[in-house]
Amino acid sequence: MLFESVGQLLPVVVDLPFRDGYVSSIIYVSLYVSVIAVTLSTLFSIPVAVVMGLADFPGKQFVKSVINTGMGFPSVVVGLVVLFTVSNQGPLGTLELIFTKEAMIMSQFVLATPPITAISLAAISGVDEGVRDAAHVLGGTRLDVALVVLKEARYGIATAILAGFGRAISEVGSVLIVGGNITSAEGISKTRTLTTAIQLEARQGQYETAMILGAVLVALVLAVNAVVVRLGDQEVRR
Amino acid sequence: MPIQRREFIAAIGTGALATTAGCSQIGGSNSQSDGESGGQAGVAGETLTLTTTTSTYDTGLLDEIHPDFEDMYGVSVDAVAQGTGAALESARNGDSDVVMVHARGLEDEFMRNGYGINRRDLMFNDFVIVGPESDPAGIQGMSSATEALNAIADSGAPFVSRGDNSGTHTKELNLWEAAGTDPGGDWYQETGTGMGEALNVANQQDAYTLSDRGTFISQRSEIDLVILVQGPIEDGPEILANPYGIMAVNPGVHDNANYDLAMAYIGWITSPGAQDAISSYQVNGEQLFFPEAVSEDPNFQQYVPEGWSSNSSDE
Repeated sequence: MLFESVGQLLPVVVDLPFRDGYVSSIIYVSLYVSVIAVTLSTLFSIPVAVVMGLADFPGKQFVKSVINTGMGFPSVVVGLVVLFTVSNQGPLGTLELIFTKEAMIMSQFVLATPPITAISLAAISGVDEGVRDAAHVLGGTRLDVALVVLKEARYGIATAILAGFGRAISEVGSVLIVGGNITSAEGISKTRTLTTAIQLEARQGQYETAMILGAVLVALVLAVNAVVVRLGDQEVRR
Repeated sequence: MPIQRREFIAAIGTGALATTAGCSQIGGSNSQSDGESGGQAGVAGETLTLTTTTSTYDTGLLDEIHPDFEDMYGVSVDAVAQGTGAALESARNGDSDVVMVHARGLEDEFMRNGYGINRRDLMFNDFVIVGPESDPAGIQGMSSATEALNAIADSGAPFVSRGDNSGTHTKELNLWEAAGTDPGGDWYQETGTGMGEALNVANQQDAYTLSDRGTFISQRSEIDLVILVQGPIEDGPEILANPYGIMAVNPGVHDNANYDLAMAYIGWITSPGAQDAISSYQVNGEQLFFPEAVSEDPNFQQYVPEGWSSNSSDE
């Protein structure tokens, strides 16, 4: 698995004051939860953004403002809502999702979807009208037009996905509430992410180790950004 | 032979854990076909959710002792460190199987409302009042915690409160009440954080605070605060005692609670072996928790809300 090898690689580069496997397991959980949540968000957001960008319908402005408001949702509130949903007393209680990665993915999905949708929508709306018209004139179906527009807007959409990923992986409030910040007694993370681990260290007053984990988190986000940008460049060269 | 059996159970447990939850069924039935280990291994591969306070988790105690329980039953324990108020609330919502907390009043309420059953006294340590070495309120060595708090309030020296409905916060509010002072004003700050952070805030501001001894010891090397009023472990006032209790979530209220495993856990942690492990756990060369589950004397009050008696019209 890609995440696991990334997780195992990083601690080798920096010598960390933690038990064996601890840091790699929290990196793994952070990536696992954020990548899946952002992937699901992307699959949901882009069709929504395309429809909203290319079609006109009543209430469009209202939907837009709902999405924009969603970008500002405090993560703790999202965490609480997801907690009530997945708690034993909540509507999804029988699925026993509380304190699991799946619950964390749910809350990050809610958090990442608004920015991905809004930024993708801005990118799609920014595509030159001429491109759309040309696609139409050349006999393209509505799907063809959408694909052409998507291709033109790909940089903006990549930015949107990165923004969503950034929000998901750096978020602490909701994953702490619904995930429970759990590791096994051997120090292998079950629902502990880099952010909740930082919160735990800070709670104990271990600010130095908290800083180290913070540096790991920043490095990870940088690495993901670099990979995405590089993929984009290769796309252009071809 | 017992060792082999334990290894076998552990192997089944690990195998089941390595895959998805659905496989616990397979682990369970496999072990039942092995006549010898049938009784125990029925729980193999299951997960026990324990909600607890930050002090038991942050001091490293649970990580130290849990592998023994996990190996014994081939299960895993998810310890969620939340603070007493939140730990009980999670259990009230049916989101945990067993709770380990330290606020007898809240525990009693939890039992009276039917959520918790089979409470046991588990262990204790004590609270200490810590503050800057300069001690502007002059409380050093006072034998009464309430007098010390009143002295702090009178001097207007900064005091940091947890303010988070944790066991320590509950104790602090009880102490203020016993002291007959309603704290408030610029000098009284609620941080709404865990004990470690609260100690750091107090350290930054040369403030006083109430801390459990365990967290203070584990953090002592990084802060300049000193113990000014001792708890009962060091012959301080009894009012600063800090007893921890453990309870199972009532399966009659929440039928999804893993009651079997919760009782196995309570049985294990109150057993002589685990109690010894608790007393030998040290941080910076000091013992943090003092077990009290194993005793020759009957201690009926541990099972019921404080002051409850079958003669009273209570229930």
